[in-house]
Amino acid sequence: MSAPTFINIQNLSVGYTSQSGEIIRVLRDVSLSINRGESIGLVGESGSGKSTLALAALGFFKRGLRALEGDVEFDGIDMLAIGRDDLQAIRGGRLALIPQNSGQSLTPTLRIGLQVAEALRLHSQLDESDFEARVVELLTQVRLPEPATLLSRFPHELSGGQQQRVAVAMALAGEPDALLLDEPTTGLDVTTQAHILELLRDLASERNMAMLYVSHDLGAISRVCDRVAVMYSGEIALKGSTKQVLLSPRHPYAHGLLASIPRLTQTSLPLALNGRPPMPGETITGCAFADRCALADERCRSTPPTLKQLESGEKVRCFHPDRIDQLPVVNKMVTQKGDVSVDHGGDALGLNQLAISYAMPSLWNQLFSNASMPPDTVDNINIFIRAGETLGLVGESGSGKSTILKAIAGLISPKTGHLVLNGEGRLTPKVEDRPALHLRQIQMIFQNPDDSLNPRHTIAQILAQPLRLYFSLTGEKLRQRSIELLEQVRLGSHYLNRLPNQLSGGEKQRVAVARAFAAEPAIVLCDEVTSALDVSVQAAVLDLLNELKAQRGTTYIFVSHDLAVVRAISNRVAVLYQGRLCEIGPVEAVYSKPFHPYTDVLLGAVLEPNPDFIPKLSADDVVELSPPKTGCPFQRRCPRKLGKICETDVPPARLFDNGHQINCHIPETAL
Amino acid sequence: MKSTVALTENPAKRQRYVAVLLDMMNRPSGAIGLSLVVFHLCLAIISPVIAPYDFKLQDASLMLSQPSNAHWLGADHLGRDIFSRTMLGGREALLVTGIATPLAVLWGGFVGILFGLTGGRLDEILMRIVDAFLSLPWILKMLVLIVTFGTGLEVLIPTLAFFYGIPVIRIARAATHNVIARDFVWAAKARGHSQISIIWRELLPNVLDTLMVEGAMRWSWMLLAFSSLSFLGFGVSPPTPDWGLMISDARGYMSFAPWGVIGPVVALSSLIIGINLTADALAKALGIDRAQKAPM
Repeated sequence: MSAPTFINIQNLSVGYTSQSGEIIRVLRDVSLSINRGESIGLVGESGSGKSTLALAALGFFKRGLRALEGDVEFDGIDMLAIGRDDLQAIRGGRLALIPQNSGQSLTPTLRIGLQVAEALRLHSQLDESDFEARVVELLTQVRLPEPATLLSRFPHELSGGQQQRVAVAMALAGEPDALLLDEPTTGLDVTTQAHILELLRDLASERNMAMLYVSHDLGAISRVCDRVAVMYSGEIALKGSTKQVLLSPRHPYAHGLLASIPRLTQTSLPLALNGRPPMPGETITGCAFADRCALADERCRSTPPTLKQLESGEKVRCFHPDRIDQLPVVNKMVTQKGDVSVDHGGDALGLNQLAISYAMPSLWNQLFSNASMPPDTVDNINIFIRAGETLGLVGESGSGKSTILKAIAGLISPKTGHLVLNGEGRLTPKVEDRPALHLRQIQMIFQNPDDSLNPRHTIAQILAQPLRLYFSLTGEKLRQRSIELLEQVRLGSHYLNRLPNQLSGGEKQRVAVARAFAAEPAIVLCDEVTSALDVSVQAAVLDLLNELKAQRGTTYIFVSHDLAVVRAISNRVAVLYQGRLCEIGPVEAVYSKPFHPYTDVLLGAVLEPNPDFIPKLSADDVVELSPPKTGCPFQRRCPRKLGKICETDVPPARLFDNGHQINCHIPETAL
Repeated sequence: MKSTVALTENPAKRQRYVAVLLDMMNRPSGAIGLSLVVFHLCLAIISPVIAPYDFKLQDASLMLSQPSNAHWLGADHLGRDIFSRTMLGGREALLVTGIATPLAVLWGGFVGILFGLTGGRLDEILMRIVDAFLSLPWILKMLVLIVTFGTGLEVLIPTLAFFYGIPVIRIARAATHNVIARDFVWAAKARGHSQISIIWRELLPNVLDTLMVEGAMRWSWMLLAFSSLSFLGFGVSPPTPDWGLMISDARGYMSFAPWGVIGPVVALSSLIIGINLTADALAKALGIDRAQKAPM
């Protein structure tokens, strides 16, 4: 290939015509070039236009959008000018896209072999009779186990990570020269994600492909990409090598974005990036980031900065790239999580021998058959949560962490075991039977505020629900209290009459937090409360939760798959695998040696936004659907498995200082 | 008590319906559909006053006469003015379907939500009965009832409301299933709200949009059904003018007086098209039209 730039996007603007006839630009004057064998990361908050840009490289625009000006060239071909048939031949063939949630883009009723073969039929010159061999070859290339047997499997028989690998295999079928990846690992477990990223990295270098990697996850970007472009409000704010951008960002937005990411190496809360990006169509007189920027001056607000090349090689859209070091790095305000001493008022909640099962034996089986039931989803959970502490529950999907929360909230009844509130009496398993006092004391915040706030209710009505139910507030008192609650979550009274869809994701989650605190609860259950939010917003919500806890001494049970987030907010952490407790203890103890082998695997797979950081991958990323019947829950994936004993005996509790407990057969000294 | 008003009767909600209406009028389909529907409704109300001739007035000299300045759409086989009769011909249909549609949506919606909430085996059994009902041709079911009980309004309205409520059960049940799986319902449950309160506050407002669109669609189907019944002679009894009946009457003379069908056909189809366009625009404005989001 002699062409110097392989994918070349020049001065591209993309927009749509609004109902009032205005042209609204979602991408403004974007230039990006990718060479062969090079991979470029595209980062930014949701709505920054990064996916639109990636699709534009395919010459594709979502419905309503169109290229207003600029060029898109792929290997010298003008992608905006060529005809539909030519485009069709290039897309999926020489230029392949791997979308987010590829598992869902596989046809559920077709066998894997057929689906991959279809990609071959469209994009390769191979003879029909060679398809099968080639499909097996492709599946081997993406490191799927037993590729020959996979051919006849259906997509639902594969785990999320395996489905994603099949999607990669299909993309490779046309022997592409370039790959476009749109959040390919979002929604996958940490260990799975790390494995997929390694695969993509190796494939790209083996085949000398050009890659455009779109993600909000700077950790993933740092693992795969050579260069990074940071997008903000439809423009490129910063472009440079991965090292430059991630280690010494020269744009205030990139700096803020990096500071808002919780790190494993850091125990304090990340720094929130306040404000929100301008909406498409909003008039911007100066720099789009000026309103959120601590360095902004008169000039920033009146003149839009251009993309300038710095001496060190990066391109920056900022007037003050040399003043970045004046910005704060860590959150000076709230670094304290508030220590909880062991004798701090006793236990807020006790989970005693908790076991939960979703399996419902049919009447027939109950009476006439003794077919064995599958092992319980959650088993043998003994956790005592101290008043005023934050207990983090971590684990991959299927680890039973959300199930435990639902049992505490009374939405699922445990099979055996019971819950003890305030060290006093048992908590009735079913929410319907609980006395009002108990109901009020336990409140829950859900993962996705889009789903947990009724879209037909105004914020006032949403907040009125608990206030009416628990305190019978009406009239002016109700209104006053609602305003008070909104102010506590740093929203104002003008939000009262808005509907949820008029709020941003972060604002919605604040309303959800306000609703939970309206009940003046003793315990708040947080179910992945930040995983649907942008990192910058996540930091703000974590900060808010921590502040509320400091004021009221609320106890949190914080469920998350993100180990860095859990580290930032928790006092104690419990690591779960397949509904069984692996390790529990103070956060520092869990995140440092001695480790449970599973904790070690999890921590090893966490990606840091640092190109020098190399994750260590030990266990396979096999997703198990049900726990083993006997022995240790982690036996099938454990890299340090001792032998037969792990399969037959339940691992003993190894006790360390400060209540640190590891359930493993490996002796204390060797962990 | 000013604040109570502010909390319960919400300007944001009122704004939403105003916004939905404005959005509908901004779409070509909504603008055309709404104006057709409004035109027909107004016509139905004022036609007795503005119709140029008495709909019963027979003039033997005009029998099957061509359109003229005096009689714009000509006259029928009894010498009655077709233009006047066309103007009046939708009143009966609109009255019957106007009452039967809300009834159908109400009972179908109620039962559907109930089934959706019950779930389990009972729901399965009841839904198979609904399926069985839906698999019978509607005209057969209608005719059985009408032949048994007669063709007065007191029979037609409940009959139409009953049969057209059955498909609404399906829609309401599906909408209920969609809503009850969402986190805000779980949240209300976890707070300890009563079942009634959850249905009333969390479920209904979300199912209502779907039911509204479904109601509009049912309305147009019901109008067609009513006109078909009239066409077959089971609807309105003569001499009351009705589009279906008029088409049926004029059909026999199609070969030499084809203008007889033009009036009622144009009137009936414009109303049905109008309702369908309105329903379409309503679904889009409410954001429950999935077709709009389909990839290209």
